[in-house]
Amino acid sequence: MMLIILIAVPLAGGILAGILGRRNAGAARWISLAALLLDLILALVWLLPVATRPLAPTAGPWLVELRLPWISTLGISFHLAADGLSVVLILLTLLLGLAAVACSWSEIHERTGFFFFNLMWVLAGILGVFTALDLFLFYFFWELMMVPMFFLIILWGHENRVYAAIKFFLFTQIAGLLMLAAIIGLYFIHGQISGNYSFDYSALLGTPLAAGTGMFLMLGFFAAFAVKLPAFPVHVWLPDAHTEAPTAGSVVLAGLLLKTGAYGLLRFVVPLFPEAARAFAPWAMALAVAGIIYGAVLAFSQTDLKRLVAYTSVSHMGFVMLAVFAWNEMALQGALIQIICHGLSTGALFVIVGMLQERMHTRDLRRMGGLWKEVPRLGGFAMFFALASLGLPGLGNFVGEFLILIGVFPQAPLLTVVAAGGLVAASIYSLWIVQQAFHGQARETWRISDLNGREAVTLGVLAAALLWLGLYPQPVIQMARPALAHMRQIQVPHSFPAPESTASLPAAPADPQGEMHAIR
Amino acid sequence: MIQLLWLIPALPLAGFVILALGGARLSRRAAAWIGVGSVGISALLTLALAVAFLRGLPAIPAHIRQVWTWFDVAGLNIGVSFYLDALALTMMAVITGVGFLIHLYSVGYMAHDDGFSRFFAYMNLFVGAMLILVMADNLMLLYLGWEGVGACSYLLIGFWYRDPANGYAARKAFVVTRVGDTAMAVALFLLFDRLGSLQIQELMQRAGAQWGVGTILPTVVALLLLGGAVGKSAQLPLQTWLPDAMAGPTPVSALIHAATMVTAGFYLIARTHLIFELSPLAMSIVAIVGAATLLLAGFSGLCQTDIKRVLAYSTVSQIGYMFLALGVGAWAAATFHFMIHAFFKALLFLAAGAVIHALSGEQDLFKMGGLRRELPLVYLVFLAGAASLSAIPLVTAGFYSKDMIIWEVFASNRGGTLLWAAALAGALLTSIYTFRMFFLCFEGPLRTPVAHKPGWNMSLPLAVLAVLSLVAGFLEIPHSFGGGVQIFSHFIQSALPATQLLPARESNEILCQLASAAAALGGLGLVWWLMLRSPQAGAALTRQPLAMKLSRFWLNGWGFDWLYGLLFERPYIFLAQINRADIVDGCFTLLARFGLALNALAGAAQTGRVRTYAAGLTVGAAAIIAWVVWL
Amino acid sequence: MVTIPFSHGLLLAAALFLLGVICVLTRRNIIFMLLGLEIMLNAAGLAFVVAGARWGQPDGQIMFLIVLAMAAAEVSVGLALVLEWYHRMHSLDVDQASRLRG
Repeated sequence: MMLIILIAVPLAGGILAGILGRRNAGAARWISLAALLLDLILALVWLLPVATRPLAPTAGPWLVELRLPWISTLGISFHLAADGLSVVLILLTLLLGLAAVACSWSEIHERTGFFFFNLMWVLAGILGVFTALDLFLFYFFWELMMVPMFFLIILWGHENRVYAAIKFFLFTQIAGLLMLAAIIGLYFIHGQISGNYSFDYSALLGTPLAAGTGMFLMLGFFAAFAVKLPAFPVHVWLPDAHTEAPTAGSVVLAGLLLKTGAYGLLRFVVPLFPEAARAFAPWAMALAVAGIIYGAVLAFSQTDLKRLVAYTSVSHMGFVMLAVFAWNEMALQGALIQIICHGLSTGALFVIVGMLQERMHTRDLRRMGGLWKEVPRLGGFAMFFALASLGLPGLGNFVGEFLILIGVFPQAPLLTVVAAGGLVAASIYSLWIVQQAFHGQARETWRISDLNGREAVTLGVLAAALLWLGLYPQPVIQMARPALAHMRQIQVPHSFPAPESTASLPAAPADPQGEMHAIR
Repeated sequence: MIQLLWLIPALPLAGFVILALGGARLSRRAAAWIGVGSVGISALLTLALAVAFLRGLPAIPAHIRQVWTWFDVAGLNIGVSFYLDALALTMMAVITGVGFLIHLYSVGYMAHDDGFSRFFAYMNLFVGAMLILVMADNLMLLYLGWEGVGACSYLLIGFWYRDPANGYAARKAFVVTRVGDTAMAVALFLLFDRLGSLQIQELMQRAGAQWGVGTILPTVVALLLLGGAVGKSAQLPLQTWLPDAMAGPTPVSALIHAATMVTAGFYLIARTHLIFELSPLAMSIVAIVGAATLLLAGFSGLCQTDIKRVLAYSTVSQIGYMFLALGVGAWAAATFHFMIHAFFKALLFLAAGAVIHALSGEQDLFKMGGLRRELPLVYLVFLAGAASLSAIPLVTAGFYSKDMIIWEVFASNRGGTLLWAAALAGALLTSIYTFRMFFLCFEGPLRTPVAHKPGWNMSLPLAVLAVLSLVAGFLEIPHSFGGGVQIFSHFIQSALPATQLLPARESNEILCQLASAAAALGGLGLVWWLMLRSPQAGAALTRQPLAMKLSRFWLNGWGFDWLYGLLFERPYIFLAQINRADIVDGCFTLLARFGLALNALAGAAQTGRVRTYAAGLTVGAAAIIAWVVWL
Repeated sequence: MVTIPFSHGLLLAAALFLLGVICVLTRRNIIFMLLGLEIMLNAAGLAFVVAGARWGQPDGQIMFLIVLAMAAAEVSVGLALVLEWYHRMHSLDVDQASRLRG
């Protein structure tokens, strides 16, 4: 039940904010903030104790699970569940959601209620994506998070917002349809083999597939997630969408929406199609490394600060894809840390760009310079997050990247070395941001104010989280360990056609442990 | 006492946190107390620790203290844990001791700077990171310190951020060293992959047990580690960043770019010496890199006009000596030279800083001169430092440390006559460029008026360091001097092996010392003759066309900047610039264009005339009927 | 009773249909296009009648009645549209109604 409440709170908060926001913009802000805070507290109170408790080795992978019949005739159920991985991502979602609300506090003046409605619904969709275990439901949430995002960009974006919004929509929608096709294909194949037509994740796991079919279906899923991630050749929607979105939109896009791609790769692509994924891994890893380098080089040449930060996402998320297809514990743990830390650091950088834009009404790096003197505290934070982004040890991103590289190295030494070259490129663009915006001579005279309390708290919380993850990531690693171990167990190579392999899978719905959590 | 090990890096870090959070709200006085005090207490703690450590020697050569588990994933268990042995202790003593003196000096030097508390925040962060680097028990934590000091170096080189040139120098320093760091990171991946640990002592044990001498793996690992080391220590081929790094405030140059951070490369190799010893090839490469760098930098040092750049090149050159010593397995000599070098080079930088401060920021040697009478204390300490750097025999510490290296290069089983000759030539060059700088600065007519005299907080560190630069050498007096004193090498040999000397060459020690003494004195004599005794001869020499060409070439550091600019920097920028609009985006835009073109094509059929449609209908119907009937 | 050969009847129907088509395609006046349509409908009706006679079935005549009814309905709706259209355009030229051009 708690998972439904966790998703329902932002949904309800969004509706309330939308209605009350017509009269009173302040009410919309406060309601959104309160709803997310409540959600965060609920998540901490409910999920954290469950997730940190040592697990019995025989228990299933799900810490909390909920299954309600929905459209039974088609084998669709309302199946939500969370393991350590989901819990970590839920907490990240709520934290960054709060940051997004905080940074749109004074930025949004028009249709404030509708803005917060959309923001909250995106967040709810993301929470749903991180917990849905029925593929039909998953697709439902996948679309749910996209439509409000489209409105966020097209209604509250910057100069070129219509182009960016439509581009974003087309890319994600086309890729999403490919995934839908693959989902349906998998549904029918599984149904024909087992006689049990079901969209349920745990049922579909281990469906025996011929090599060619498996590859096709896997590519359908991969397309959706690679576009979201974004992987190298299909990343082009991202710079436009990031650049044109309002600050909160960029934060949610970079911090969370991209993570749904990574989550999808982790949760669906490899476990559902282990053999196809293994066959595809060299290509995927090569794409990932290409993305790391390409994104980093392009980031350096941008003159629009927001676009620059957007390209860094391409580079950073390349590491995640590299790790997912290496599929060993070290790399996966690294990927998780990288997911979180990229969300925090890039989210924070977008918040900083948003603050600059709110004050200066420009994002053009060529017009900035020497801002340190005007806004030393903002400059200090920018320096901090730039250093985080280049992977300075002691901050979270380093742990993520290092674990990924050290985990991938035994499998692909050469690619690892090239990917490590991305660290050099990262230092070039990160320091370039600081140099162009905050150091050097002022190119124009700016009279702008330094951080106020709300802004300082927003950035301070993100910075503290990064520092904590950089110095003591062990709690997160511990929390995700059983989940990752279960996912890796799934990938026991099975012969084709595997007769009863579905029965022995860990995520059996009859698992008493899971039921117990569902009741609590 | 050993329990308090963690406090030593924690104190400067705490100082950093307070200064960073307090920011401009702190008064200068408070910032100075926090900044200097935290390092000072660390220094005192290190002293107390040293006493405790020495008491435990030789029974307990090393201590390990874990503070917490950093992370523990899939067999990679990394603790924030510290390792204390003779090598680490030497480094810690230098970092906290010299660091404290430089912090004290900075209170005077930076007194009127806007970013006073920011300066001390960065400096404290640096000291903390550097201490973590040398105390780390595993390579991962070492890497944390390693990158941490790199970041501080970046922050401090670019401390005066208004000037874009400073920012450029700072970024250059960071990026160039990061190239090396990345090589080092790959070494870490390889080590963990093959040996299953990153804990240094375990690694050394397993490497010794699993890898044979001269096999390929230790060579690859050693060379990758060397990549990290040459980046940090500004050795060939990554030496180009250090001269530019002089853009930072002078105390920064003294602390980071002379005494401590740039010797991290030496520390890394010494720390992982067992791996290097498994690979004779890598050892030779280390020695050759050291020898080549010390000569290269020596020649460049001859021609510089900026006092700090002379010192920068001399730092590169002296670290070259350390690498040379490492390469021939003279571990103790390298460590000893590191320590003495930290004293005299910090002294020289601080004294140069006092000169620059006195002349209101003037750094050009040819605008100095005649300062002997104006700044007598600075003159004296500078003389002590210069003599020590030039290794003037018997009375300076530099002589004992450098002589030890030169002798062991000659006599070690890994050494050789060629390397020895390079070291000797380097000694001659050192003496020449050092005294050229010294005479230009202090002799001759006064060219710029003196604005400030150094206060007590600047003079005291100078005096202390001057004394150390002269007397610290007596810790280690060669055998040939009536048996000598070997306090330092006995101490350090609890952590590092003794040099393997060739018995056949051992008897030549006194000759070798005479040669190096002659090189040092000869250089001094030559400069004295060319600059003071008969300046016309010196002037005539510099007007030779060949000399002018060479001098321009050396002034620009052998054209390395130009070469790297051509090979890496400009192509990178070019590639990034031409692709700014993202060619992949262009491909997708092409797709969209294609769609639009199709639309135009299909749209052309839509004429809007009923009769055209009717004609189409008719033709189509006729065609279908024909198809049905005849096919 | 002289029977007209089946093929003659069909040929006549085809000729009428073709004439109707040509009328629709070539005339720009919308009234004449409607006339052309009527001719085509009647050609089709003729073909039905001929066929009905050939096989001795009443269906042909029944179909013709349907065609007649439909033609009447079509003409009434068509003429109403023409009238309305003429009020707007003040012309009967069908080529002027080209706002759907792509």
